[in-house]
Amino acid sequence: MRQFTSFIKKEFYHIFRDRRTLFILLGMPVIQIVIFGFALTNEVKNAKIAVLDQSKDVASIALLDEFNASRYFDIERNLTSYNEIEPAFKAGKLKMIIVIPSSFGEELKHLNKAQVQLIADASDPNVANTLTNYASAIIMDYQARITQERKLPYTIKAEFRMLYNPQMKGAYNFVPGVMAMVLLLVCTMMTAITIVKEKEMGTMEIMLVSPVRPILVVVAKAVPYLVLSIVNIISILLLSVYVLEVPINGSIPLLMGVSILFILVSLALGLLISAATDTQQTAMFISLIALFLPTVMLSGFMFPVENMPFPLRTVSNIVPAKWYYFIVKSVMIKGLGFSSIIKEVAILTGMLVFFLLMAVKKFKIRLA
Amino acid sequence: MTKGTVIQAEGLTKQFGDFIAVDHISFEVKKGEIFGFLGANGAGKTTAMRMLCGLSMPTSGKATVAGFDVYKENEAIKRSIGYMSQKFSLYEDLTVKENMRFYGGIYGKSDAFIKQKTAFILEHLKLEKEANLLVKSLPLGWKQKLAFSVAVFHEPEIVFLDEPTGGVDPVTRREFWSMIYEAADQGTTVFVTTHYMDEAEYCNRVSIMVDGRIEALDTTIALKKKYEADSMDEVFLKLARGAKRGE
Amino acid sequence: MSAVSISHIYKTYGKKKEVTALTDISFEVTKGELFGIIGPDGAGKTSLFRILTTLLLADKGEATVDGFDVVKDFKSIRKRVGYMPGKFSLYPDLTVEENLNFFATIFNTSIKEKLALSCALIHKPSVLFLDEPTTGVDAVSRKEFWGMLKSLKEQGITILVSTPYMDEASMCDRVALLQKGSIMAIDTPKAIVEAFAYDLWAVKAPAMLPLLRQLHQFDKIIRAYPSGVYHHVVVPKGFSEEILKEFLVASKIEGWELHKQEPNIEDCFMSLMTE
Repeated sequence: MRQFTSFIKKEFYHIFRDRRTLFILLGMPVIQIVIFGFALTNEVKNAKIAVLDQSKDVASIALLDEFNASRYFDIERNLTSYNEIEPAFKAGKLKMIIVIPSSFGEELKHLNKAQVQLIADASDPNVANTLTNYASAIIMDYQARITQERKLPYTIKAEFRMLYNPQMKGAYNFVPGVMAMVLLLVCTMMTAITIVKEKEMGTMEIMLVSPVRPILVVVAKAVPYLVLSIVNIISILLLSVYVLEVPINGSIPLLMGVSILFILVSLALGLLISAATDTQQTAMFISLIALFLPTVMLSGFMFPVENMPFPLRTVSNIVPAKWYYFIVKSVMIKGLGFSSIIKEVAILTGMLVFFLLMAVKKFKIRLA
Repeated sequence: MTKGTVIQAEGLTKQFGDFIAVDHISFEVKKGEIFGFLGANGAGKTTAMRMLCGLSMPTSGKATVAGFDVYKENEAIKRSIGYMSQKFSLYEDLTVKENMRFYGGIYGKSDAFIKQKTAFILEHLKLEKEANLLVKSLPLGWKQKLAFSVAVFHEPEIVFLDEPTGGVDPVTRREFWSMIYEAADQGTTVFVTTHYMDEAEYCNRVSIMVDGRIEALDTTIALKKKYEADSMDEVFLKLARGAKRGE
Repeated sequence: MSAVSISHIYKTYGKKKEVTALTDISFEVTKGELFGIIGPDGAGKTSLFRILTTLLLADKGEATVDGFDVVKDFKSIRKRVGYMPGKFSLYPDLTVEENLNFFATIFNTSIKEKLALSCALIHKPSVLFLDEPTTGVDAVSRKEFWGMLKSLKEQGITILVSTPYMDEASMCDRVALLQKGSIMAIDTPKAIVEAFAYDLWAVKAPAMLPLLRQLHQFDKIIRAYPSGVYHHVVVPKGFSEEILKEFLVASKIEGWELHKQEPNIEDCFMSLMTE
């Protein structure tokens, strides 16, 4: 026990002496939350658009007023002919052009139906999609109002309810993702790097010649990162609740419990990497390529797993972050209990046992 | 085993595939002896040393270190030995004191022991003022002396030194060797490898490994007499020139 | 024209220039000379070599190699010098087992191959810089390596070589003794030994440690330290042998043996170091 405590003390000295790394480790979750929360949002605001209004009657002006009033759009130019459309897209930063045909008001009044054309710059498909959706909604709103005025007999009104995320906030999606990413970076990469550093410096050799059990060396290395990770989870959760206003709907102890399980999986992976590598660069490279990228790409946090082709979907099953991401979404956002995540917890536990066994086995080989 | 023998090897062999790194070496080291373990690069010194330290399993042969069997009593051996590698072995981002506390800790020493021993070493090395400085701010020579102090911190029966003085200035090298003398004087057995042939002269007995075998083992005086040489340098050259490996 | 000419070179490291690597280094190496830079780790050998091979800029001072300025004409210098950096990897990218397997065969040859390579990369370099080529190398290979340098020198190549092994100084035409970034002495090995400002005695006895302890207590001598089979005793010039003998008798040292000793480079280095 004395050996163990002196080890842990030493590890904390290392961490606290290296202020820059410590700052990065503790600051990273904050920065990521801020970046994802405020900079990388899917919502589009004040998109610049142009209008080609060939009708210029009461109806078209009323419709365009609706657009102007919306915070999503900014009408920047008024075009006068079709020929101007293409140059306008090419010249400016226009995202969309609304074309109102000359007969708009007339047709609306007499035929009860009229057409509006929306031309969007789809070089960024997500933005184009979002904008046309917003525009359709504005047109629908306008239509609903004139319909009401005229009191037509039959109308079906669809009502939407966005379950679990009524405001359609991106934060609901990325908070669990950021948690998975940060934990993986701190636990896997840092543990792997510090252990390999001991090998590089030759201090590992001294340790192996001492009566300390190698497993103790390794476990002692992991403990400080476990503590740091728990601090990180708490800061991510506080930020998401108080800054991004993403509530924790489920049980906090359950959320912490599963997070610690994921931390342990990440630590075990870090140990495995450190056992298999001899230089800090290799350890970092493997952590980034083999873990970080799949976590971002395949966990479902950037791209929905359901939309992936079958082979990728299969591969995504071995990415621990995928399961953790699912668990956090279930517990934190949906407020579900343990019974609905048993399968995922079991998978993560299985991974933990597997990685630990592999790591221990690898370590024994090095001692032979 | 004769009385006072702390290391005994008999036909100790290590084979990697077809390559016999250490080929049936047999020797004894007595308590309190400074035993020089010489050989050309690649002669098998490091492998032999690793087997004695319990870092590597021998392929065949027998060996005991501090009375413990290298096959079965690994843990007991590790408690009885100290080790200093050619790669530097102190933590640069820890202070002098913290390093000592840590190394004392991994050998399971009590706080009282660590405190007392640390004070003793700091006084001995005249490093009291530097006790709370980070190791990286110390000159290389001091680091080397500290690394030795740390290797014998837990008062081991035997200390293994793998090229401890490489690149060190001549004054520090002398100071380092006087520390080795002191340790031997207090009964610690010193097992040392070096490329400085004048340092070979400081050893009580010297073994010279060539191509995995021990070609010569005796006191420096006897070796010089046997090979009709004026210095250990000459003895070494006469023996190691015939080496097959590395050519 | 000198092959290498250095004048008042200074080099520091760190944000606040807090680490001094080289202080006021000046010397000339003539064409075809085998010039040794002798000093322990941290003396500044590698910094000096890097400045001369244009890999590092000095803070102050000027240097030319083969007539070219190390700052302005770095391209010309890189074309005509050979450089073998020190501390090349002792741990090739092999597994532990492969490493041990091949260590023996790889290592000894690699030092020679590397030398051959540094020469071959540029056909007959005008100046060859070898930074600690023999560090960590056994005595036999070191001897052979110096033999190779001798034959390169015969081809007219100027060679600058650094080493922490003091005994290798005698192999050089001239040497600079470098310590903590400053040159303590620069001359032929013979002249450096002749300039030794003290008398040196060698003493031995069956019990060397008590002898050394007694010598350390003796305040009439300047210093005493082990050197091979003997302890070397440094005394002022003209120091009487009788005083030493009386001391040994008075100290109850048994079986001692005393004789006057020619200093070697290491003795000189240590004297210069402690001055």
